[in-house]
Amino acid sequence: MPLRLLKYAMSREHPAPRFFRACETPKKSYDAVIIGGGGHGLAAAYYLARDHGITNVAVLERGYIGGGNTGRNTTIVRSNYLTPEGVNFYNASVKLFEDLSQDLDLNLFYSTRGHFTLAHTESAMRTMRWRAEVNKHVGVESYVVGPDEISKACPQLDISCSGQAPILGALYHAPGSVARHDAVAWGYARGADHMGVEIFQSTEVTGIDVQGGKVKGVQTNRGYISTNKVLSAVAGFTPRVCKMVDVQTPIIIQPLQACVSEPMKPWLDTILVSGSLHVYVSQSSRGELVMGSSLDPYEVHSTRSSLDFVEGLTTHILDMFPFLSNVKVVRQWAGMADITPDFAPIMGKTPVEGFYLDAGWGTWGFKATPISGKTMAETIANDRAPDLINSFRLSRFEEYELTGEKGAASVGH
Amino acid sequence: MKLLKCPMNGVRPLSEFVFGGEVREMPDPNTCSDKEWATYVHHRNGAPGMKKEWWYHGPSGTWFIAERNTMTDEVARTYLYGQEDKQ
Repeated sequence: MPLRLLKYAMSREHPAPRFFRACETPKKSYDAVIIGGGGHGLAAAYYLARDHGITNVAVLERGYIGGGNTGRNTTIVRSNYLTPEGVNFYNASVKLFEDLSQDLDLNLFYSTRGHFTLAHTESAMRTMRWRAEVNKHVGVESYVVGPDEISKACPQLDISCSGQAPILGALYHAPGSVARHDAVAWGYARGADHMGVEIFQSTEVTGIDVQGGKVKGVQTNRGYISTNKVLSAVAGFTPRVCKMVDVQTPIIIQPLQACVSEPMKPWLDTILVSGSLHVYVSQSSRGELVMGSSLDPYEVHSTRSSLDFVEGLTTHILDMFPFLSNVKVVRQWAGMADITPDFAPIMGKTPVEGFYLDAGWGTWGFKATPISGKTMAETIANDRAPDLINSFRLSRFEEYELTGEKGAASVGH
Repeated sequence: MKLLKCPMNGVRPLSEFVFGGEVREMPDPNTCSDKEWATYVHHRNGAPGMKKEWWYHGPSGTWFIAERNTMTDEVARTYLYGQEDKQ
């Protein structure tokens, strides 16, 4: 990177380099086709090429890369989950994230802030202790702190929450971080492209050709592509893609909304989450407060945002930070979340041979981008899911072996 | 503010209602296979479209059916369970 910058200093021309080739006509066949050019799909393409030498891969994106839930989340990376399976998995992701800027040669603005999950009731404190013990057991730095330590880390926070819901303590998670989410998608896209992966934007899959229980190809608006391996990494579109291959899942779609405030001088250097107030908030490197809340309460396949959401969220933000009453909300948006009954993802093989799922990412997908890409690449290359994601398999539902992940954000439990 | 028509109380704000999921046929637990039962318990028809759904009006404790397009969020009609023809 520095050498490239130096070259620009010597030159009169400063053309913006393309991150990846603008592919338009797909080849007749690929070794693997990835549906969905979000962080997960592009990461899977990157690790397929880098770790498994499979470079004859097409990534098909209906819109533009990173324009789905990759660019709609609140960018928080953490691993303080409740089940050992969840903690191990997300911890592997945090580890990959820590080195990702170097790996991809792109500044992801990965910033380790520390993460407080606030508890306003005794029962919430009990859950925090439980999570802390599971985390410590697995080797993740999380522990329970009292109101004094929270005040020290964030003096602006009203510990009594306007007297409505006094904070009794918190689960502190040292590795909690934020990152520039679209850069993650672009970095993986560039890395995959350099190794030969072809990325097609504005390319919609309209059907998947299955013969005798095996994937044979995909039909797209740019023609038919034959392939024996298809990965679906499409976030809120999973039920539609699964319908094409007649695979049943428990996933339903609920919108998840978020918003940002106008930019301010830096004052909040930690990430704060409150399950009771349905709030998570951090300050971006641009100075905006990035705020999220709970899922919309029913199924809709739409990314429309609502006034109910900002009203509800900002009321609770003001309980925590009364001094923000004159700060304006400048943008709000929604993403479609794949919700599963146990708040854990669905990853790995399906009853259709050659059709792989990376789905059920609900409200917990961005933080898992590197590890899901890596484990799905391994699954596709070996036609066998690694042990790390075994408890997230689709067949767990018919086997009644649900994961019970209650550490997920923005879902009521 | 979004609105929904309760068959007993008329048009009310959506915040008074609770979503109860799609109306689904329960297989006979005595005769169906384990796989059919697991499918009934866990799997859902998640693809968008016109669906018959259970909704609950909290203040009056009324469960009813809404026919709603989950893509556009437009409600075609609402009625009490079993009284579809009376509407």
